[in-house]
Amino acid sequence: MEGLGFYGFGALTLLGALLMVTSRNPLHGVLWLVVSFLGLSGLFGGLGAHFLAAIQILVYAGAILVLFLFVIMLLNLRPDDVERMPTFSLRGGVGGFLVGVVGFCAVVGSVVMGTGAFAKPVAGLPPLEAGAADVAIPLFSTALLPFEVVSLLLLAAIVGSVALTKRRLP
Amino acid sequence: MTTWPSWQPEVLSFLPAWLWKVICIFLVLQMPPILVSLLVWAERRVSAWIQDRVGPNRVGPFGLLQSVADLVKFVFKEDVVPGQVNRVLYSVAPALAMVPGLVTFSLLPFAERFMVSDLDSGLLMLFAISSLAVYGIQIGGWASNSKYALIGGVRASAQIISYELTLGLAAAVVVLFTGSLNLAEMVRWQSETRILGLLPAWTIFVFPGGTVAFVIFITSAFAETNRLPFDMPEAESELAAGYHVEYSSMKFALFFLGEYAAMIVMSGLMTTLFLGGWSLFGLERVMEGTIWQTLIQTGIWWAKTLFFLFVFIWIRWTLPRFRYDQLMRLGWKVFLPLSLANLLVAAWMRTWGMWGASA
Repeated sequence: MEGLGFYGFGALTLLGALLMVTSRNPLHGVLWLVVSFLGLSGLFGGLGAHFLAAIQILVYAGAILVLFLFVIMLLNLRPDDVERMPTFSLRGGVGGFLVGVVGFCAVVGSVVMGTGAFAKPVAGLPPLEAGAADVAIPLFSTALLPFEVVSLLLLAAIVGSVALTKRRLP
Repeated sequence: MTTWPSWQPEVLSFLPAWLWKVICIFLVLQMPPILVSLLVWAERRVSAWIQDRVGPNRVGPFGLLQSVADLVKFVFKEDVVPGQVNRVLYSVAPALAMVPGLVTFSLLPFAERFMVSDLDSGLLMLFAISSLAVYGIQIGGWASNSKYALIGGVRASAQIISYELTLGLAAAVVVLFTGSLNLAEMVRWQSETRILGLLPAWTIFVFPGGTVAFVIFITSAFAETNRLPFDMPEAESELAAGYHVEYSSMKFALFFLGEYAAMIVMSGLMTTLFLGGWSLFGLERVMEGTIWQTLIQTGIWWAKTLFFLFVFIWIRWTLPRFRYDQLMRLGWKVFLPLSLANLLVAAWMRTWGMWGASA
């Protein structure tokens, strides 16, 4: 039964990701990404990490991708615009492939070699099936500085995107 | 961890545990469609009452079977699919709008021993699933490939994203007081704690945090469910019918069902978070441990929830529609700072031990 859940949700995640990359219409791409995230959330749920599962849907599927969809809907793409879009570009394909290979090797390598950060659970991290309190307490004590730095990074990204896209009024 | 309601009424103890769970799920899944049909009837009767009309009173006693007649009409209507639509997404959208409403029902704590799933982060899960409802509206508006529907869909997504923030911040105040994300735990805290040794500590009575949070929550709930005075995504006078203008027959009915199911879930959430859920001045402790206790608690819960549903209808037929920029200004410039400040005050109250789970 657990195996069924794992393989089912795993297949859903992979299928969603694959179709997201290959679909020509960006709007379909976003919807497939939602499917992929739902599968990922199911995997978290199967591991007993209900908090993570809820957050995965709440933040990514429920908020961020809605905004993606919002933007794409406003682009007002015509069907022939979509038809003319290439499904595959050599530069993007090679770049994506390289990044994927490096990431995959890093994860698998560190697990196999038993030296990397993935080999054993880092001390002080909450367990996988942690609830809100287990995540929140390190966030405001031991991991306070990284947490604040990340929020600063997000702020910088927001300011940057506003500065890049804001049109000067004549 | 998921804990299933292991409790089984004595009369039915011959059933295997898994069958009892299936029965529980079945019972809870029957609730939304039945309630929605009653709610549509109530909406029409109450609106008639408010406007000094009669309303539907021909089909069945008090017109109660009007919804059945409506349903039959929906089923037999021709399912017109306009030529310009994106066929797949056009057909999927109504289902996407309805499913979250049905699924969230499984997370509501109707009584201490009557809920489908009792998750530790139940509140988050409920928000997560109900936040998916926007896809149905958004995709429906886009796939219809018509300008009114598209504007309706865009409005819906902007509005729901904006008010989800204040909704979450208002609920966070309750989380602070009760010290739990588990909906059943929240109700338990509210029923067991007393204010000044007298009033039950329903969060709405916990001044100022609870009361302000409740006002913010109920207003945001109207915006989340696209109800008047915030029904801009389907504003008839501006957008014909907004996101569902191209839909007919059962597809339209599914959008309808989704909207009303979301309304019920929001009302139930208000009951659970702010009005003490299944508790009512100790009445919830009568006949402890019997099936009657569960029935009484479920009755209390539904009485409170039905009251909120009445408020939804009442306000719809009383207030005029806002303008869209007014709605956005209200959300971002009034409610967001207000709810942040409220959360801060609540956190102080909690830290100094004036209120909260440990106090």
